[in-house]
Amino acid sequence: MSVSIFVNKVTKIYDQNVILKDLSLEVKNGEFFTLLGPSGCGKTTLLRMIAGFNTIEGGEISFDNKVINDIPAHKRNIGMVFQNYAIFPHLTVRQNVEYGLKLRKLPKAEIKTKVDEILKVTRIEEYQERLPERLSGGQQQRVALARAVVIHPDVLLMDEPLSNLDAKLRIEMRSAIREIQKKVGITTVYVTHDQEEALAVSDRIAVMKDGVIQQVGRPEQIYTRPVNTFVATFIGHSNLLKARIAVENKQTFLELGRDLRMAIDNLSDLVNYNMDVIAAVRPEEFTISDKGLRAKIKSRTFLGRYVNYELTLMEDLMVVPGTYLEVSQDLGLTEKLYNEGEEVCLEPCMRRINIFNEDGSHSLIRGVMVDE
Amino acid sequence: MNKKKLKFDFWSIVTILIVAIFALFLIYPLLSLFISSFKDPRTEAFTLSNFTKFFEKKYYYQALINSFSVTSLVTLLSVLIGVPLAYLMTAFKIKGKGLIEILIIISMLSPPFIGAYSWVLLSGRSGVLTKFFAGLGINLPTIYGFGGILLVLTLKLFPYIYLYVSGALKKIDASLGEAAESLGCSGVKKVFTVIMPLILPTLLAGALLVFMNALADFGTPMLIGEGFNVMPVMIYSEFISEVGGQANFAAAMASIMVFVTSLLFVGQKYIVNRKSFTMSSLRPMKAKELKGFKSVAAHFFIYFIVFLAIIPQLTVMYTSFLKTRGAMFTKGFSFESYTKIFSRMGNAISNTYIYGLVAIAIIVMLGMFIAYLSIRRRNVFTGLIDTMTMFPYIIPGSVLGITLLLAFNKPPLVLSGTFGILVVAYVVRRLPYTLRSSAAILYQISPSMEEASISLGCSPLKTFFKVTAIMMLPGVFSGAILSWITIINELSASVILYTGNTKTMSVSIYTEVIRASYGTAAALSTILTLTTIASLLISFKISGKKEISI
Repeated sequence: MSVSIFVNKVTKIYDQNVILKDLSLEVKNGEFFTLLGPSGCGKTTLLRMIAGFNTIEGGEISFDNKVINDIPAHKRNIGMVFQNYAIFPHLTVRQNVEYGLKLRKLPKAEIKTKVDEILKVTRIEEYQERLPERLSGGQQQRVALARAVVIHPDVLLMDEPLSNLDAKLRIEMRSAIREIQKKVGITTVYVTHDQEEALAVSDRIAVMKDGVIQQVGRPEQIYTRPVNTFVATFIGHSNLLKARIAVENKQTFLELGRDLRMAIDNLSDLVNYNMDVIAAVRPEEFTISDKGLRAKIKSRTFLGRYVNYELTLMEDLMVVPGTYLEVSQDLGLTEKLYNEGEEVCLEPCMRRINIFNEDGSHSLIRGVMVDE
Repeated sequence: MNKKKLKFDFWSIVTILIVAIFALFLIYPLLSLFISSFKDPRTEAFTLSNFTKFFEKKYYYQALINSFSVTSLVTLLSVLIGVPLAYLMTAFKIKGKGLIEILIIISMLSPPFIGAYSWVLLSGRSGVLTKFFAGLGINLPTIYGFGGILLVLTLKLFPYIYLYVSGALKKIDASLGEAAESLGCSGVKKVFTVIMPLILPTLLAGALLVFMNALADFGTPMLIGEGFNVMPVMIYSEFISEVGGQANFAAAMASIMVFVTSLLFVGQKYIVNRKSFTMSSLRPMKAKELKGFKSVAAHFFIYFIVFLAIIPQLTVMYTSFLKTRGAMFTKGFSFESYTKIFSRMGNAISNTYIYGLVAIAIIVMLGMFIAYLSIRRRNVFTGLIDTMTMFPYIIPGSVLGITLLLAFNKPPLVLSGTFGILVVAYVVRRLPYTLRSSAAILYQISPSMEEASISLGCSPLKTFFKVTAIMMLPGVFSGAILSWITIINELSASVILYTGNTKTMSVSIYTEVIRASYGTAAALSTILTLTTIASLLISFKISGKKEISI
């Protein structure tokens, strides 16, 4: 029986250090929800509080309407997949998967049916009599997943389950996880620091930094309309440029240095005229053309589908000093490649770029919210 | 949930129980010892007279000087033998290497006093070698006293150095030596500029261990020391000889011993903690082929040392099958000695195994619980337990015997004379081996293994027995084997705590040797040695390694 999870103003304190303070969150029933953030942001701490391995120093966590703060971990009916899989080495694959069912004292026949079924779903039937030490990383991962899912937990918790796999297997496993989760329909909380992984598997993502949730939203929302410069740069790459808002004849313009001045019409009411702002432009949101920001190509990286350029702007607008402008060129749309040392002009796509206030703490685009 | 709220779950109860056990069987006896060392034998008033007596009379303080002089030389000789042995065995191809290693381990683990006693058989007053050389008109130097203790203890203790140093050598990556050679440094120079500095901390730690062992050894000087008095013997004889009166003086001497060993222990800890090179060799040194004279010399050195070390075992096994008349061996072979011990001393044999098994069961349980508590459930009390488990390292066996006897020979808890007091002594003395290996393996078990079990609905307590304990077993076993072997060979505490009914094999061997009943002593020693060897072989078989961790 899947549940919704309500995290209400929880606080976590380790040795007098406040790790999380008054953090609130809602995970919908059946949803694949990801906690994403750099290491040390508190995402695993929060996951382990939901699991019951970390104490809760303030606030409440509830499954549907039931507060679980004081329920010990083994009575919460959770399934958990660990970073190192934590497969019991002294039990065979089958015994590992049976473990939770046996503890629930189900009839033998039922255990067999359930285990057979999940072994099939996770495609590890053929290894069921093996000891874990003779399994590859991907196979162990499937055992861990099968073991967690077979008990029909209220929630499935995953702590960086793919970080120990190589790149190719990671991509294969993440679609497997996604597929199995949808098939079983369990509310899932997934922790990762890999933004690409988060974008690929999640229904919704919460981006965390320093114990604070920065933004919650669907992957495409978070990517296209980040709520601040942290999210804009942590999820994918964004070039941060110093810019200004100007107004003329009731029309709003974005000024990028002396070279560029373009009309913009999706700004929120927070904007003051003549205000200094940050324009965040993703590498693919620039087109190389004959007008716009003048820049010189410093280096070129050929990546197959794309070509990435590092450029130096003629007029230094970079918010972070010493960084270069990144532009990528989709080879499906263009044939001309530019060489190192060439001078080009760049035009940003005004419908897609994001504008933040001067310290980058919030978006000035209309309708962008921390939690949609 | 408030973290500081004390919950009375299973582990709290275990913690309290263990603290209580340690308090009762370790702290209380030790305190009684210290208090008793400050008491006047007649008036029970507090006094320093026991200590002043010790430092005023040469007869007494000479024992401390003797202990130190013989122990220092033993340590030095052990290093001089153990280091080259370890280097030759690691760096070069030696024929029969596997067997040699096992023989070295056996000579280390077999009962300490067997060495003393077989050297007496060989070159004592009526020893085989003595007579043989006397026939040739050569008078061998006496085996009794300083020289004998030195010989026996060195042969008994150099294996510690060997095992420590070869362990360290195996951790040196071959690339280090190759780097030295690529820079133009090879041969002896390489050994002294690269290899020696790398193993030096390990060597020092091993040397201190040897020093402690030699200082605390009771059986060897007792059997072979004769007029050469050392501390453990002095403590024992002062304690045993006079009824009552001397106990306070013996306690004072024991306190002095504990003080000295504590200093050594702290010193050893300090060095081990500063053992700052964490080396892990991907590619250990490869044994090279030796050629010509060098090969002959290396083999001769190794075989000679190992032969000397294993002589005692061979001697007792051989003599156990000799016919005897009274104390004398006569010509011809028989099972006489064996039939005699089975009819007269059968219960010493069964006692040894029964007490050993009871003690090892308790040790395994305590070892696993304490390891778990101090690693997974750190708090003030488990920290306290952790500290208390260090104590056995600093209490020589004979001192432990005295403290237990002083503490439990009067109400409320009378244990003296029962087998319980022997089991207590064994548990206290030999717990550290099992505890250490249990802790070591627990560090390698990821806590997420336990969390996985809990997340699947298994309570933490059940998880300990279903997952943690099972995964700990291999580590626990390797330590328990060592605990077991050293329990059945234990003499220095047993000899103080035994009574007629609770005699063990090692005590019987000791008393038989004292009565010059060499045949029966040899038969008993053979049984003990064979048990030791069998236990070792089983352990090798199960663990799949030919190694022990000391």
